[in-house]
Amino acid sequence: MAKRVVLCAAAVLLVIAAAYASFFIAPEERTMGDLQRIFYFHVSCAWAGLTAFLIGFASNLLYVWKRNEKYDWLGVTCAEVGVAFTTIVLISGPIWAKPAWGIYWTWDARLTSTFVLWLLYISYLLLRTLVEEPNRRALLSALFGIFAFIDVPIVFGAIRWWRTQHPAPVIMGGPNSGLAPGMRPTFYFAVLAMHLFMWFLISERYALEKLRGEVEVLRREAEAS
Amino acid sequence: MGLLSNAAALLGKEVRTEFRSRELLSTTIVFVLIVVVLFSFTFDPTTNESHRFGPGLLWLAFLFAASLMLQPCFLREQTNDTLSALRLAVSDPFAIFLAKIGANTLFLLLTELLMLPVFAALFNVNFRGQLPGILLTFLLGSLGISTAGTALAAISAQARMRELLLPLLLLPLLAPILVASTEVTVGLMSADPAMQWKGIGFLAVFDVVFLTALWLFGEYLLEE
Repeated sequence: MAKRVVLCAAAVLLVIAAAYASFFIAPEERTMGDLQRIFYFHVSCAWAGLTAFLIGFASNLLYVWKRNEKYDWLGVTCAEVGVAFTTIVLISGPIWAKPAWGIYWTWDARLTSTFVLWLLYISYLLLRTLVEEPNRRALLSALFGIFAFIDVPIVFGAIRWWRTQHPAPVIMGGPNSGLAPGMRPTFYFAVLAMHLFMWFLISERYALEKLRGEVEVLRREAEAS
Repeated sequence: MGLLSNAAALLGKEVRTEFRSRELLSTTIVFVLIVVVLFSFTFDPTTNESHRFGPGLLWLAFLFAASLMLQPCFLREQTNDTLSALRLAVSDPFAIFLAKIGANTLFLLLTELLMLPVFAALFNVNFRGQLPGILLTFLLGSLGISTAGTALAAISAQARMRELLLPLLLLPLLAPILVASTEVTVGLMSADPAMQWKGIGFLAVFDVVFLTALWLFGEYLLEE
């Protein structure tokens, strides 16, 4: 209990501190001005969401291999948390894009593949509600999760080749890209804060899913006797 | 050898079952025809617009048709309780998938080839001289749709609301196929036709990735 409170307090405080840093400490961007400050929130949420999906993919693979229900609980937890963060990304992006590009949405590679990623994991969560038997639900959703995750790079490749307005990658985007040195501390701090917050959400949701699994087993036992 | 001969025998079974009733093919063809006609109401289908939008609408119609056509491929086995027998009969469960993918690709390809002249006439699109390229695109596109679709049909057959679930799972997964095959078809049907080998390569990569995934994970889809 104490551990949960500490984790919760640390995550919330760090996110508030990151918000403060992005508004008041980070330098103003040369062309976009204050508008650029949404970047710290937008990109750190995107990274946290992708990390959640990556952990989810690993637990889907582990479930198929080991058949331990813990990996199923972790899989659905990561999918839900990833969908939550991706929803924030899909909302905060257009808020930035309208003043910067003049439009809310453009069918560019990263926007579109993020949208498809979001749709695929919504389908994953829907699939789980439509299979009753717990072991079957775990196996089928794990397999769909695997197919969905390997599809995402292909979607990205397709749209990058044939459609393309999102700013070129700033981080690891090759020569002449990169953050101004003054922005780096705030950015990495925001990423760290958001990952800690993600971890808090995952641990809480995992505990809930574990309880659900146990209740389901008890209910079955009660019905059988 | 065992895998391929098993798959060939099962493919014969799938094709025979279909051609005895021809239910699947006839309904799919009528469905695509209805969709293509309805699409023509959404814009002026005889102008230059149709060169730009036509191929995309055609592929969208194929995708919708496939998401309906692929439903019965495992449902039929389930209602007749033949899936366990099939699994016992083959040494590698991937043979079942290979046969179903082969059959579904064949049915989809037949539908597409029958619809191509109808589409060209209705939308005033010219494809003469480009038939080999179009055939290749149709083949690779249909193979990708069938591979991903057969895997997901095995999933959705075990769930409730399966008729609605399959399109929901399948259509977002097929987004790359839609983009690539539309681009290649637009190139082939334009006033100055050109073959986009990049798109053909992309379709081939999609097919190989999903065939490999199914080879690795297919047996778990058929577990009881």
